[in-house]
Amino acid sequence: MSERVAIVGVGWAGFRPSTPHQSYKELMYEAAVRAYADAGVDPRSDIETFVTVAEDFHEGTSIFDEYTPDQLGGALKPVHTIGGDGLHGLATGYMLVRTGQFSLVTVEAHSKASNILTLPYITAYAQDPVLNRPLRLNPEYIAGLEMHRYLYETDTPPEQCAAVVVKNKRNALLNPLASFAADLTLDEVLSGPPVAWPLGRHEIAPLVDGAVVMVLASEERARLLTNKPVWIRGIGWCNGSASLESRDWADALHIREAARIAYRQAGIRDPFQEIDFAEVDDTYAFKELQHLEALGICLPGEAGLLTEQGATEPDGEFPVNVSGGSLGVGHLLDGTGLARALEVVLQLRGEAGPRQLEDVEVGLVQSWRGVPTTSGVVAVLSN
Amino acid sequence: MSKQIKDFRGTPLRESDFQEGKVLYVHDALRGEYAWDTGIAIGHYLASLKKGVILGARCDHCRKIVVPPRTVCEWCFRPLTEYVPLQDTGTVNTFSICYVTWDVKRVEKPEIPAVIEIDGASPGHGILHKLGEVNPEDVTIGMRVQAVWKPAEEREGAITDILYWRPLKEVEKR
Ligand SMILES: [Zn+2]
Repeated sequence: MSERVAIVGVGWAGFRPSTPHQSYKELMYEAAVRAYADAGVDPRSDIETFVTVAEDFHEGTSIFDEYTPDQLGGALKPVHTIGGDGLHGLATGYMLVRTGQFSLVTVEAHSKASNILTLPYITAYAQDPVLNRPLRLNPEYIAGLEMHRYLYETDTPPEQCAAVVVKNKRNALLNPLASFAADLTLDEVLSGPPVAWPLGRHEIAPLVDGAVVMVLASEERARLLTNKPVWIRGIGWCNGSASLESRDWADALHIREAARIAYRQAGIRDPFQEIDFAEVDDTYAFKELQHLEALGICLPGEAGLLTEQGATEPDGEFPVNVSGGSLGVGHLLDGTGLARALEVVLQLRGEAGPRQLEDVEVGLVQSWRGVPTTSGVVAVLSN
Repeated sequence: MSKQIKDFRGTPLRESDFQEGKVLYVHDALRGEYAWDTGIAIGHYLASLKKGVILGARCDHCRKIVVPPRTVCEWCFRPLTEYVPLQDTGTVNTFSICYVTWDVKRVEKPEIPAVIEIDGASPGHGILHKLGEVNPEDVTIGMRVQAVWKPAEEREGAITDILYWRPLKEVEKR
């Protein structure tokens, strides 16, 4: 039975605010063709099982599972769709290989955000229908509540959240997949209009369409297919309290626990020392800071300082979101975690072009499913 | 069975209890609106329907023509780039006679959904539509049918540009 699981192929398509020339199926197909060519496999003869991550309300189709096989090469093969973030799909693919029943697995996640005309209403529907939804608030308020309590408990000033926006959008200037690259000043970020105070408009990742496909392999298959395998050394996921009344508003406890699981598997004791760089969820700017603290990269209240001092810049001690993150690249709804993982894979292979980090061996990727959830995944990858 | 039970345990509820607000419940309606990009293949398909033409796509690898067209052959995973116009006639592969509408109302005159294998496409490749101008009892598997189109000026590039399919009289076609 395979003890180790590797990512042996990656592909992507879209990553733009709208993609009117392609249906979601065509977007998935383009990403899949790229991933299979990258892995050097034929999906019809080689891939044994397929996992897609999709939310029916985002697709506008119930039982979306039925619409995924053809464009991935999965017709008449074992296929299933799960709800969650793309990294939940990576975890599922990892487990499928670890069962010993499958040696090659496809994982896919995507966004056709531009096709959803009423996304705030869809997101609002994730709230408790009896207790919370009747208040008729734009769901961004939940991020505002979290950010306020986070700033309050950690003594983090808003300027340090704005510094995340400046860093990530500037990083995105070197990423051709990024749609929202910019060279902004702190003042420009802070002077943006408030959405759910203290959360401002520039601190919210804009949406993009896109698809990401990854091919996972058992160690034996990976050795035959590639000389650049990226190993999944550990992967954990966790859900916190769903309650909007009694959750911990300042600390991302679910990320803390998911990280503990992933680190235990990977044998990581001191993540700051043993991990070289990270792609973490920055759906909202303060989330990057809150997530870094939950990941154990630093103590609560220190992430903002590290950011301000440049430690999380590409040339800093612990680069974070070299890709530009969701703030710079754009947010891919259910595909966001896989988009972040894509950057980690490219960096570990040494294929990140002008934004390539030097001498990286271990990378961290973390995702969050967005408001109102406390649902997240953490994975440790290495070359 | 239930007639043998004289006293049900619990509190009985009547329709009037709901109407009079004696039972508390919360009502909400989802506002889910979508505008799906049709993309390359289905975009071509719909644009052709507007012109009164049913379009298929050819897979040279599998040596077959599928309908509606798509950009990838699901069987060999090769890209499909060649679109071919097909006939607007075909053969009933399977059908059903529905006495209940989509919103669960019973109807006297049934609807007849059918899968129609399109002439010019490979066997087994058809489209889902409805039959009309036919008595339900006269429909058979293998029946030859022809599309009844909306007037050209009313077509909008949608599957409903074909109103329904009616029995084809081979003589009529010649
Ligand atoms: Zn084919």
